[in-house]
Amino acid sequence: MATVQDTEIRDPAARASAAVEELRDMQGEKMVLNMGPSHPATHGVLRIVLELDGEIITKADPDVGYLHRGDEKIAENMTYTQFIPYTDRLDYLAPLANNVAYALAVEKLLGIEKNLPPRCQYIRVICCELARLSSHLLGIGAFGLDLGAVTVFLLTFTEREKIYNLCESLTGARFTTSYTRIGGVSRDTPPGWCGAVRTFLNEVVVNITEMETLLTRNRIWVDRTRNVGVIPKDVAVDYGLSGPNLRGSGVDYDLRKAQPYLCYPDLQFDVPLGSVGDCYDRYLVRMEEMRQSVRILHQCLDKIPGGADNQTKEPVNVADGKIVLPAKEKVMSGMEELIHQFILVTQGMNVPPGEIYFGHENPKGELGFYINSRGGGTPYRLKIRSPSFVNLSILSHLLPSHMMSDITAILGSLDFVMGECDR
Amino acid sequence: MTSLDLANQFKAKFGDVLSEPAEFRGEITIRLADAERIAEVCEFAKKELGFDYLVDISSLDNYGEDPRWTVVYHLRGLANGCELRVKADVSEEKSELPTVIGVWRTADWHEREIYDMMGIRFRGHPDLRRILMWEGYPYFPLRKDFPLAGKPTQIPEVAFTQAAPLEGGPFVTAPGGKDAIEREPRVRTPEE
Repeated sequence: MATVQDTEIRDPAARASAAVEELRDMQGEKMVLNMGPSHPATHGVLRIVLELDGEIITKADPDVGYLHRGDEKIAENMTYTQFIPYTDRLDYLAPLANNVAYALAVEKLLGIEKNLPPRCQYIRVICCELARLSSHLLGIGAFGLDLGAVTVFLLTFTEREKIYNLCESLTGARFTTSYTRIGGVSRDTPPGWCGAVRTFLNEVVVNITEMETLLTRNRIWVDRTRNVGVIPKDVAVDYGLSGPNLRGSGVDYDLRKAQPYLCYPDLQFDVPLGSVGDCYDRYLVRMEEMRQSVRILHQCLDKIPGGADNQTKEPVNVADGKIVLPAKEKVMSGMEELIHQFILVTQGMNVPPGEIYFGHENPKGELGFYINSRGGGTPYRLKIRSPSFVNLSILSHLLPSHMMSDITAILGSLDFVMGECDR
Repeated sequence: MTSLDLANQFKAKFGDVLSEPAEFRGEITIRLADAERIAEVCEFAKKELGFDYLVDISSLDNYGEDPRWTVVYHLRGLANGCELRVKADVSEEKSELPTVIGVWRTADWHEREIYDMMGIRFRGHPDLRRILMWEGYPYFPLRKDFPLAGKPTQIPEVAFTQAAPLEGGPFVTAPGGKDAIEREPRVRTPEE
């Protein structure tokens, strides 16, 4: 009995496509992995949907908004002064710097930023630089912790605790400081505070040096961060990065130098720059920025008008009853002060119609406020340009082609905070 | 080269659609009459005037006026130290303008945020999804006719969310120009 056997002879093109089919089986499928929103390395509630080919990331889609509270909507429904506590909760690792940024933005709209008393300017710079130290200490500590260097985290948290103690005696709160007012600050420095800052500065440099000996030449640390997450100069500018992330890529742009505000023009400091733009460079930039902050703080304490405890009674607020609340004892005895107090509390300041943008060099990058006013006591629109939001938008470009394990290094080196990103 | 010089160069090139530069508190604002040409105008600003850095894009809801939307671009030149604000009006019927993602990549998330909050669409954006609110959220919360307390929402078969519980609130401070009782912080319904 004869059997018929089908023999399939395929043309080369069909053979090639069959080979691809076979190879696809051998390659296996790509895996979709969900990272976050609750994950220790995402520093809050960032979620990243990853597509993995083995251990290599082929696609990354960051998902933000888990902490969205509608701060911009809230701002439209209250007076300028009432919004100050909300700025604490933007970058909650540096609330003092946010307070200063917001106050300066409203003062620019009012046109009084040049009239700020010198002592107020120095106190504000001290606040900003303490916030920068605090934020970078946490940033580097958490960065180290993510890559397995637990000791660094313990050192930085010891120092941060001291900054919180200083915040407490200055503002009355450790965390949600709400320290600035439009046209000044809520109170002068308490007796002995400047001395306490000086003591802290002498202690923190010892610990910064200790951290450097633990990390900077540590073989494991260098292997995990060098040439990882490289952001070239042009890409950093294209994606609008700011702060240490922009300077880590070698772009010389610091708002304290480029658009000087407060008393920064009177102070000597250097702006550190990276050369490659990798995670290691961003780490080095933050380390040097801390040393520069210490340098700025020493100069501020030396030069602060009125001296440490304000023996000469320098003012800390703008002398304008239509902007700053009058002293309480005068409200109880004077007619004019009573009227000022009443109008400011019920109606707010009389802000002129117009629009301004003010960018402030916050520890995480450029924190900007765009305020559109149509006159009266409340903003018509207040837009917050948050550095973390903009810095995170580079992730979908930066993460692909990296190893899965590099994510912790890259996220740690970008140093973001979700309270500010999601607003 | 100051910001004003650059704004005048800008005006010379696009005189038909750009307004005279206006200055307030040392900042230069220039208005673009035809929002359809925003990408072309921004391309020129980047290539020829050196505005290589897009700081921010924000949006305004001119509720009750026509055109209803204004999109505000903040441009900066890192090398020349100049800044410029470009404003483009968009009508409510249209609610659409071209994306500038081809000029600055950072526009990606800014435009998604404006779409999410105001409902203005950016033509040519490769991935125009909600960013801060969740996928499937039915409202645009930063519009002036959206109440501060929020509105109840539903994701089919997943969750139902009431507006935020606020004991008697939210307390809204109205801007000046009215009498003290009208102005003070108190509960308001959006119709007021």
